[in-house]
Amino acid sequence: MSKEIIRLKDCTVAFDDEVILDNINLYFNDKEFLTLLGPSGCGKTTTLRIIGGFLKPTSGDVLFNGVRVNDVPPHKRKVNTIFQKYALFPHLDVFENVAFGLRIAKLNESEIRSRVMEMLEIVSLKGFHNRKVTSLSGGQQQRVAIARALVNRPKVLLLDEPLGALDLRLRKDMQIELKRIQQAMDITFIYVTHDQEEALAMSDTIVVMDKGRIQQIGTPEQVYNEPKNAFVADFIGESNILDGIMHEDYVVEIFGRKFKCLDSGFAPRESVDVVIRPEDIEIVEPHKGRLSGTVTSVTFKGVHYDIIVDFKGFKWLIQTTRLHNVGDEIGINIGPEQIHIMKKSEYSGMFGDYSSYSAEYEEITSEDWEDETEGEEDEA
Amino acid sequence: MRRRYIAAIPHVVWMAVFVVVPLILVVFYAFTSATGGLTLENFRNMGSYMSVFARSLWLAFLATIICLLIGYPLSYVLSKEGPGMQRIFIMLIMLPMWINFLLRTYAWMSILENTGLINRLLTSLGIFDLINRIFNTNITYIPMINTQGAVVLGMVYNYLPFMVLPIYSVIVKIDSSLIEAAQDLGAGSMTVFKRIIFPLSLPGVLSGITMVFVPAVSTFIISKLLGGGTSILLGDLIEMQFLGNAYNPHLGSAISLIMMIIIMICMFVMNRFGEGEEQAVIM
Ligand SMILES: Nc1ncnc2c1ncn2[C@@H]1O[C@H](COP(=O)(O)OP(=O)(O)O)[C@@H](O)[C@H]1O
Ligand SMILES: [Mg+2]
Repeated sequence: MSKEIIRLKDCTVAFDDEVILDNINLYFNDKEFLTLLGPSGCGKTTTLRIIGGFLKPTSGDVLFNGVRVNDVPPHKRKVNTIFQKYALFPHLDVFENVAFGLRIAKLNESEIRSRVMEMLEIVSLKGFHNRKVTSLSGGQQQRVAIARALVNRPKVLLLDEPLGALDLRLRKDMQIELKRIQQAMDITFIYVTHDQEEALAMSDTIVVMDKGRIQQIGTPEQVYNEPKNAFVADFIGESNILDGIMHEDYVVEIFGRKFKCLDSGFAPRESVDVVIRPEDIEIVEPHKGRLSGTVTSVTFKGVHYDIIVDFKGFKWLIQTTRLHNVGDEIGINIGPEQIHIMKKSEYSGMFGDYSSYSAEYEEITSEDWEDETEGEEDEA
Repeated sequence: MRRRYIAAIPHVVWMAVFVVVPLILVVFYAFTSATGGLTLENFRNMGSYMSVFARSLWLAFLATIICLLIGYPLSYVLSKEGPGMQRIFIMLIMLPMWINFLLRTYAWMSILENTGLINRLLTSLGIFDLINRIFNTNITYIPMINTQGAVVLGMVYNYLPFMVLPIYSVIVKIDSSLIEAAQDLGAGSMTVFKRIIFPLSLPGVLSGITMVFVPAVSTFIISKLLGGGTSILLGDLIEMQFLGNAYNPHLGSAISLIMMIIIMICMFVMNRFGEGEEQAVIM
């Protein structure tokens, strides 16, 4: 078991009575890649700022190795941060940016030189040491920021949406690169993103946040396969979320029909949210299915088609590799392991209905997220 | 493209009439004599004004340094205040600029005079009596007006806003995430100032110095009113050649030209000094 190195205990942050973080309890293990995932404005940056020491929680404690550090200023904390906008020093060249922390630590010149050069090589910026940081591309600035933090050999690195400003291709490359660096240096990464794919691909642990509260903590598989509530189910991947009733352990009723499932421990006839992932639904001939419905929209997605199927007025998203046409009647079957049951929550009924689905559905939502970041992700 | 040229015409005409033409006139006058012939005579006498040049540069230099020593900490402290406080302070700093320059300087006369505000205050507090009794002297006032100190004071008072405003506006614009990044890398508040805030505020300092030094070198009202006749400055010297009884616009132009060249050299050296930083920007 790896050991715990940072803990947030009952941390609450409020600005002018507006609660930004609501009673956060969270611990971070040594050498772990932990991701704070949530929509813009949910309090991810605020959480990082508490750990970095730039913000004191209104109430609650921050513990490093079991010691309370609420009153320790940022420059005395043994963590380093990669800021959302890199925050490179514009008056210093690449070398001096990276050397900044080492100079403050008063290392001798030859050691500074060798460590900076070594770090620039690790982030693939060999030969850039004399360049002005303002003359670098977004991706290169990003890597200077990474080098500037890592050269101090922190035990914990905080990363605030470090890839947000990069284009898709570079982002994918950098994801792999960051993961490699984290494993090679054997340190803890606390990583902030609003990109669920990024979180799933990189993390050991994902902490899903919304409205200043932790919604779920788990491995990528856990948060994907066993979301705790409708928010998590919807935010991570696509989900059809339906009203259901638990009849008894392992039996749930949807649309008046009973389905076998793998969940238990609910009260008799308890109302629940039922999650069915669009890729888990088996399409069959109409008369062979447990349910049947009409295809109302088909979108080609490359690997698969997104089709919207109308079941008695409730529209589902189904992903299939076979072509269906609008107006086709199809039947579906759902196996017990494809059904996931969640307790009702404040999010019930807010997500998982594809009635308003259009081909641009995803683009619209992702644009919304970006709008809310208020230019934090402007193009480099 | 054409449209832009057309829009620039009023500006170009303005510059031509009010900047270029007077400059040409100054150069023309400097190299001609009263009879109209080309001559270097005007420059030949320059040596006798050496002390005026030296005094002007020295007093302007002193005033600039004092403005910097007061203005920089003031700007820095100000930038850390809340937005409401900042607005009030900026108002206070700008306020004297709304009062006529002459009036402000006259006000200082009545403060510094031998029978002025300060001396009367000290008298009524019995300070002079006290001193006279202890040291067995017989002073009734402290001479302040008509000294070089008064001239420097007048310069500092009048030009301080030109130091504060550019420095302040550069410091408040420093991205707070840079300061946090430095703290994150282990910098305490002294180091943050030394390594981040000060270097990034240099463009403001350079324009502040320019904006104080240039008018201070060429001022004539301040030295006339607060310095009496005791310490003639370049501005006075030039003014006398155009308006005074020493009427000689050719000599006045020659002196102006030399002064302009000295100022340009100073600015050039300054900008070299700040090389690598952004050019000194005038607000
Ligand atoms: N200094 C502040 N004063 C007031 N509100 C703030 C401040 N900093 C952040 N907030 C608010 O806190 C909320 C969470 O912000 P943040 O932690 O930056 O979200 P995220 O990083 O998840 O996008 C936002 O609604 C934001 O407006
Ligand atoms: Mg953020």
